Amino acid sequence: MNNKEIKMMTPMTIFLIAVMAAGGVVAIYRLIFGLGASTNLNDIWPWGFWIGFDVLGGVAMAAGGFVIAGTVYILNWKKYKPIVRPAILNAFFGYALAATSIFFDIGQSFRIWHPMVMWQVNSIMFIVAIHVVLYTTTLAVEASPMILEKLRMTGAYRFVNKIMAPIVLFGVLLSTLHQSSLGAVYLIIPSKLSPLWYSSRLPYLFLVSAVMLALSMVSFETILSSRIFRHKVPFDVITGLAKGSLVVAALYFVLKVWDLASGPGIGAAFTGGFSANMYLLEMVVGVVMPLILLSMAKFRTALNSIFAVNILVIVGIVLNRLNVGIFGLAEYAGRLGADYFPSLMELILTAAMIAFAFFGFKVSAKYLNLFPGTEH
Amino acid sequence: MSMNRRDFLKTAAAGGGMLLASQAVPVGAAMPKELPPEAIGMLYDATLCIGCKSCMVNCKKYNSVSRGALSSEQNIATPPYEFSTPEKIWDDPHDLSGKTLNIIKVVKNGTAVNKDAAENGYSFVKQHCLHCITPACVSACPVAALQKDPKNGVVFYLENRCIGCRYCQLACPFRIPKYEFEKASPQVRKCQLCHHRYEEGKFSACCEFCPTGASIFGKVVDLRSEAQKRLTLKPGSEYDFPVQTVGSKEKSRRIVSKYINHVYGMKEAGGTQYLLLAGVPFELLGFDKNISEQVLNDLTWTYISKIPAVIATILIGGAATWAITKGRHKDKEE
Repeated sequence: MNNKEIKMMTPMTIFLIAVMAAGGVVAIYRLIFGLGASTNLNDIWPWGFWIGFDVLGGVAMAAGGFVIAGTVYILNWKKYKPIVRPAILNAFFGYALAATSIFFDIGQSFRIWHPMVMWQVNSIMFIVAIHVVLYTTTLAVEASPMILEKLRMTGAYRFVNKIMAPIVLFGVLLSTLHQSSLGAVYLIIPSKLSPLWYSSRLPYLFLVSAVMLALSMVSFETILSSRIFRHKVPFDVITGLAKGSLVVAALYFVLKVWDLASGPGIGAAFTGGFSANMYLLEMVVGVVMPLILLSMAKFRTALNSIFAVNILVIVGIVLNRLNVGIFGLAEYAGRLGADYFPSLMELILTAAMIAFAFFGFKVSAKYLNLFPGTEH
Repeated sequence: MSMNRRDFLKTAAAGGGMLLASQAVPVGAAMPKELPPEAIGMLYDATLCIGCKSCMVNCKKYNSVSRGALSSEQNIATPPYEFSTPEKIWDDPHDLSGKTLNIIKVVKNGTAVNKDAAENGYSFVKQHCLHCITPACVSACPVAALQKDPKNGVVFYLENRCIGCRYCQLACPFRIPKYEFEKASPQVRKCQLCHHRYEEGKFSACCEFCPTGASIFGKVVDLRSEAQKRLTLKPGSEYDFPVQTVGSKEKSRRIVSKYINHVYGMKEAGGTQYLLLAGVPFELLGFDKNISEQVLNDLTWTYISKIPAVIATILIGGAATWAITKGRHKDKEE
């Protein structure tokens, strides 16, 4: 199939390809000259934008894959079947990009396979590494029917569809552990991470916020792609996702407030300092405003306001990941006199990753049956 | 979906079985919290330190050799000196780095006339790896490139395993592991207590070349009792401080200074094999006051130890949900 509605040679596509090309140059430069030449990382800021945004943010944005696949194949909620393919594809791109960023972020890129054979079971990083590999593979299998169908490999297509439910369950398991273990990465730094974010509940907070982000991300891309690619998505799917967002946002809000109250106290968010303001920003944009808007039926059932809420949630939760990964360490690093802001090359490589995701999604939408059961 | 319930459960169980089997290793594999049987370490007494930096010079020299902690082709040719002036007169690093594993710093207050006094005084401090009893870096490393010797407790590094993720840097509360960011093929660098010198019957270079006995090497149990003993000495009295090693016959008779009543490293982060004594609070010497007695590995182990239960719950719960909702879905479609 070839979706004739989608034109490939547009200025947007050319822009995406240009950004990817720039990223390719940076990637080669990084491999030849090292991290010091290409990034602003240092001994006090060992992790920066690639970990904070690409890995923590990227993986959280990819949560739609397991949430929607689980809803359709485990909860057997077939209403959401029309969006399961784009959700899985989006997750696959998210993970592929996180894995690519890790490849360039680690100092010995070509030893990226070491954790697979040199197990160290006390390490959260080992747990994270195993899950990236297993889940990316699982996502590839989950996405394979789209390709197999295109290649007319009927036998393989039927086989994968037949075992889809256990594969999806395996994916749900891996995602649950992976999303939460990214929070668990920070459990070992109680003396460094600001108490606004440091908590023994980090794994739970990461998991719940990933589910919340998943619903908004899927809703966002469904609305966006239906406009760009001109196909119709059942309206009740969008409103259903919004209802789900409301429930998860309420749970997440309660968890966050409880966590703050039992940690540094609610007052810690209102001291007016840099960290406190970042905390407030994350909460107001990503949780409080969406909660208020979604709690009103007229906003919960209108496409435009749902779209706005989706953007708020995506920005807010990604900001949460940046806060845990970067800004929450600023006070500690500041006491030691060290500053960090991503270098141009760090930003270009990340931009290239995002461009690749958009480009890949567009190509898939053109050549694969990405939205089965929707009318063009 | 043409799969029946039995097929599903079989596949799910097989997958779960594989995962559970792979998880069999970590159960009960949490890191030890006891001092290793032949634990060796160091005692640094800031009141004896005269700031001559002989330890720094010799640390760099004796580690820039094959199997040393600064080993590399380039470093063996010329030790990695750090110059801060254009004249490049001497090695003068300002902090620990990929080129400096041990540093003497001076901390001053006010007029800085009184040695080892917090007010209007100054104190030296020697920073390097503390060789934790339960090291956060070892816990964090995904590939066991950082390991703790089960016998002598030295925390050492295996460069060929390291992937360069730098989680050790994040995890270490003392900010010890340093990375060679400037290199295309970088390594983590940290003090490895000169464990490459033990075979020749030698010990840590910083202790061997310390003229005053400010740094002494030895078994941690002996170092602990020596440190405790010094805290009981009367300030102003005379004491024979051992030089180089804790059991050394060579002593340096000195007047006892007033100590802060605390041996740093007895309990911090679960205890360390490098112990410190000083005349001013350790917080002023650059030791983060947020470092508690918490064994950091416990914080992540709490999470990891729950994983097998999570796997079982999700697989069983998921399969059950699937089985229950499958019927509901059929009713709707038919």
